[in-house]
Amino acid sequence: MSEASLLPSPRERATAPSRPAARPARGEPAPAAELRNVTKRFGAVTALDDVSLEARPGEVLAVLGPNGAGKTTAISCMLGLLQPTHGSARLFGGSPRAASARMRVGAMLQISGVPETLTVREHLSSFAVYYPAPLGVDAALDLAGLTAVADRQYGKLSGGQKQRLHFALAMIGDPDLLFLDEPTTGLDVASRRAFWSQVRGFLGGPSTTQRTVVLTTHYLEEADALADRVVVIDKGRVLVEGTPAEIKRRAAGRRVRLVTALPLERVRAIPGVSQAERAGAATTLLTSDAEAVVKQLMRLDPDLTDLEVTGAGLEEAFLALTHTETDR
Amino acid sequence: MISTATPTATRQPKRNLLALYLTEARFEFLKLLRVPMYSFSVLAFPVLFYVLFGAIYGGNETQGIQVARYMVATFSAAGVLSAAMFGFGVGVATERGQGWMRLKRVSPMPPLAYFAAKMIMALLFATLAVITLTLVALLTGLVRLEPLDWLRMYGVAMLGVFPFAALGLAVGYLFGPNSAPMVLNLLFTPLAFASGLWVPVEVLPPIVQQVAVYLPTYHYAQLVVSTTGATALGAVSTHLLVLAGTTVAFLALAAWAYFRDEGKTYG
Repeated sequence: MSEASLLPSPRERATAPSRPAARPARGEPAPAAELRNVTKRFGAVTALDDVSLEARPGEVLAVLGPNGAGKTTAISCMLGLLQPTHGSARLFGGSPRAASARMRVGAMLQISGVPETLTVREHLSSFAVYYPAPLGVDAALDLAGLTAVADRQYGKLSGGQKQRLHFALAMIGDPDLLFLDEPTTGLDVASRRAFWSQVRGFLGGPSTTQRTVVLTTHYLEEADALADRVVVIDKGRVLVEGTPAEIKRRAAGRRVRLVTALPLERVRAIPGVSQAERAGAATTLLTSDAEAVVKQLMRLDPDLTDLEVTGAGLEEAFLALTHTETDR
Repeated sequence: MISTATPTATRQPKRNLLALYLTEARFEFLKLLRVPMYSFSVLAFPVLFYVLFGAIYGGNETQGIQVARYMVATFSAAGVLSAAMFGFGVGVATERGQGWMRLKRVSPMPPLAYFAAKMIMALLFATLAVITLTLVALLTGLVRLEPLDWLRMYGVAMLGVFPFAALGLAVGYLFGPNSAPMVLNLLFTPLAFASGLWVPVEVLPPIVQQVAVYLPTYHYAQLVVSTTGATALGAVSTHLLVLAGTTVAFLALAAWAYFRDEGKTYG
């Protein structure tokens, strides 16, 4: 795994949403990136609602959430591209717009492209001069697996190669803090796995720098593959935070569908049921422990029919998480 | 793997700012040179028009000088106008639309480097346009140009880069990558025509002549024409004032659009 995971493991916790981020204790280094009680509104739309999160030096933090959850807005605030409506964003304890901070940051943003008529090598050379101690262009080409197409113009690259150049542009400054905003969206499974191993390669080198990574994704699998810690956000709010294992356990929801004579209230009261609703004759419920719930259902209503258990999608897992949180 | 990584605290090396600006300009040049539409329309159109109109009207006179000589001045101005407007406008709109600008803004690139590179390129392509046209004019033998007269014309023609680059910049920030080229064409063609860049103002319909005096390109054209020994229309000081005002106005509009971007495009 990554070098970062060999460092003292971050405090394992699953906090309630919207708790102000703890201020660093004396002697503890400032977070590499931090949002403190950030609210961001675009007109009537609230993209972030009192969000606090921090990436501690040396960790890989995944911000996990469905589309439209506010992940990109969060990253844009951290990077100083957006000014929070309320609250503050910091990089290395200072302003995200300071040149000194930007020299230590690399970013892979969701962009549709870079100028098409420059080659891969030219693009990397043009970015390398922005940084005081960049990686060599050849080293970056090698890391991103682009050596073979180094002299090809950007417009003639495949989708995967373009994505890898965006990654190489993020790495070229040899950053202490790397932002990856949905880096594998649109890639097939094989390319996605290849990308993960490139990220691990970048983190796992014999570098003495403690690299920090902030990754946004809507793939639980991606957060699991790369992150030390996961923050789940939805509709602009932090739902839950924990290690990938904790999140996986809590998000491993099942959807149970059945036709039963039991009143909805009785179904909801079964331990482990996070949500239940009825549409026509069918009752649908979400649970993190399908086996126990089904056993209980069979006991309460031996005449139930049309029983169906399916894996809940991530969106439903998020719903389950929300409910678990508010029930407590 | 990478041997260049060093602990943050010991990171002493400084960036070479001169190299940074030069690199930015070099790649901006390569980028544009490899876009045939841009190089062609900036460099070739004035020449084509000169060969076409020069053969027909070159021997006539306008504003007291030979039409061919007049055309060298106004077609140079047209080349400068398109180099500045399209180089800035299309480039900025496209790079903004792609998200390339966001990536640049997040990087430690000094924002000035981006605009300086585009400015240097606009000046360079404008120069190439004037030189290409001059060579064709000399080779076709319609006019004779004294080196000092040419230098004076060239120097004044370059003044046009500033106001019209500012115009291009404003369009680049106000419009998206798909509409910006169209908007620029819709501005460029009537501006160039009504201001006497293609055909002398004198021969335009009176109504167009009346409108022309309100166009910054008209004042620019008269300023360039005044270097040829022709009797330019209007006072030089007025022309200069209009160009300076145009520059400031469009820079202000571009700045407004730039800040409006935050929260919209960058959401």
